[in-house]
Amino acid sequence: MNKEVIKKILLPFFVFLMLIQIWSIIAINVEDFPTPSDTYVAAFGGVNGEGDDVIGVLSDPFYIENQDDKGVFWQILASLERVFGGFALAILVGVPVGLLIGMSRTAQYALEPFIHILKPVSPLAWLPLLLFIFRDINLTAISTIFITSIWPIIINTSLGVRSVNEDYLNVAKVLRFTSFEKIMQIILPVAVPSIFAGMRLSLGTAWLVIVAAEMLTGGIGIGFWIWDEYNNLNYHNIIIGIIIVGLVGFLLDILMEKLANFFDYRKKI
Amino acid sequence: MSSDEFLKLEKIKKAFQLNNGEEYVAVVDVNLNIKKNEIISIIGHSGCGKSTLLNMIAGLDVQTDGNISLEKKEIKGPGPERAVVFQNHSLLPWLTVYQNIEMAVKKVMPELGPKELRERIDKFVNMVNLEVAKDKYPGEISGGMKQRVGIARALAIKPKVLLMDEPFGALDSLTRANLQEHLMRIQQSVQNTVIIITHDIDEAVLLSDKVIMMTNGPEATIGEILEVNLPRPRNRVALQNNKEYIRCREAILSFLYEKFAKDDE
Repeated sequence: MNKEVIKKILLPFFVFLMLIQIWSIIAINVEDFPTPSDTYVAAFGGVNGEGDDVIGVLSDPFYIENQDDKGVFWQILASLERVFGGFALAILVGVPVGLLIGMSRTAQYALEPFIHILKPVSPLAWLPLLLFIFRDINLTAISTIFITSIWPIIINTSLGVRSVNEDYLNVAKVLRFTSFEKIMQIILPVAVPSIFAGMRLSLGTAWLVIVAAEMLTGGIGIGFWIWDEYNNLNYHNIIIGIIIVGLVGFLLDILMEKLANFFDYRKKI
Repeated sequence: MSSDEFLKLEKIKKAFQLNNGEEYVAVVDVNLNIKKNEIISIIGHSGCGKSTLLNMIAGLDVQTDGNISLEKKEIKGPGPERAVVFQNHSLLPWLTVYQNIEMAVKKVMPELGPKELRERIDKFVNMVNLEVAKDKYPGEISGGMKQRVGIARALAIKPKVLLMDEPFGALDSLTRANLQEHLMRIQQSVQNTVIIITHDIDEAVLLSDKVIMMTNGPEATIGEILEVNLPRPRNRVALQNNKEYIRCREAILSFLYEKFAKDDE
């Protein structure tokens, strides 16, 4: 192993030990704050600081007790389903709208002001309105994801379209490409890296939004689970929840990066 | 159809609207008759509107006034019968050499079956000696090779006129010479009408039957037309002491640097 690799493994490990140390100090000074070891036991099972035998939340993440009591895996799955639902809708609508704005000045002038006004609106501001419209937890969560994650897709798609080299378009003109051929054979290949950059931002936003949305909508989902554990005074589970949310978000980002590279012609050469 | 009515430019004027509302006349009163299978060079200082002229023939730009016709048909917009080799090759970087040519041939000759299509592409890949680079991406091959692919792609769609906008301008002089040889050899085998925009005097004399010399802009127009009476195939080394070659070179030199000198380039 070379030095660089050793550094990459050792340095995060030292930081990890430091974080555990800081956590312990906080746990000692704040009443009822879970210690690192209690949290570990709460996650993977064993005997906690008070001598109780505990079944960890991660030792059986697949259990289904009843409709309202399911393992952590099902909570994450429910959140992911909503995220991908809203995200897929955002792609379906966002990419064509982005193409339109990128290709037509008229569409750009007509739509851009509204994009800039709606983009900074917090998902939590949309939530009550959408809940009022749909009166359904799932639809509300999915539509909240949709409406907050569509903006980066639209903006990045239109930027990608505008980055198409004039020479490539001249080639299309000389060959008398139809608009459809021009989009499929020239514009999309150029814009794809930018579209995926937008999708990556979107998915990140969607995962941030879902936790907050589920705390308000309730039912099932990792966001709701964290809030539920707070109400049940299971503070160690909140920390476990935070770590799970972080890890899943990280995995989603890696997945999008791999996907983006796969479709990026510049990475193939 | 008589062969002297092939590509005709009549009283071409191109003016641009400037931001301050004034009009900038780039070229004016350009009249030109290009015969079938002729090789024409258009030479002039930068800003003389030679690229604008080529773009208008290609249909990528529209003249303010005047007519351009090919085989008595007025040119309206771009089309594959007037293929363009762009200065910066403009190959699509996500397609291989083969796919770049394939894309053009497929679109222009949709009637070709898979076997004929493959044969046609291979023929033109071979014509520019790029068999080894066939499956490479433009990013993996040299500038000279890219320009050869550009030429192969343009020729593969069987154009009536091949338009080349400073095709070798971005290349070093050795590569440029190599590509000029390629072009002359190809022209020997597939007769074509070619218009080359250039600012290289030797290139103009070596390649063309006629050299069109443009005056300086604004309001640039054709200053002189020089006939190059040199037999083909031409050999650049042998030509260095040829009287006709020297005469042509000197005529262009004197036009560009005495009659229409431009010192602030």
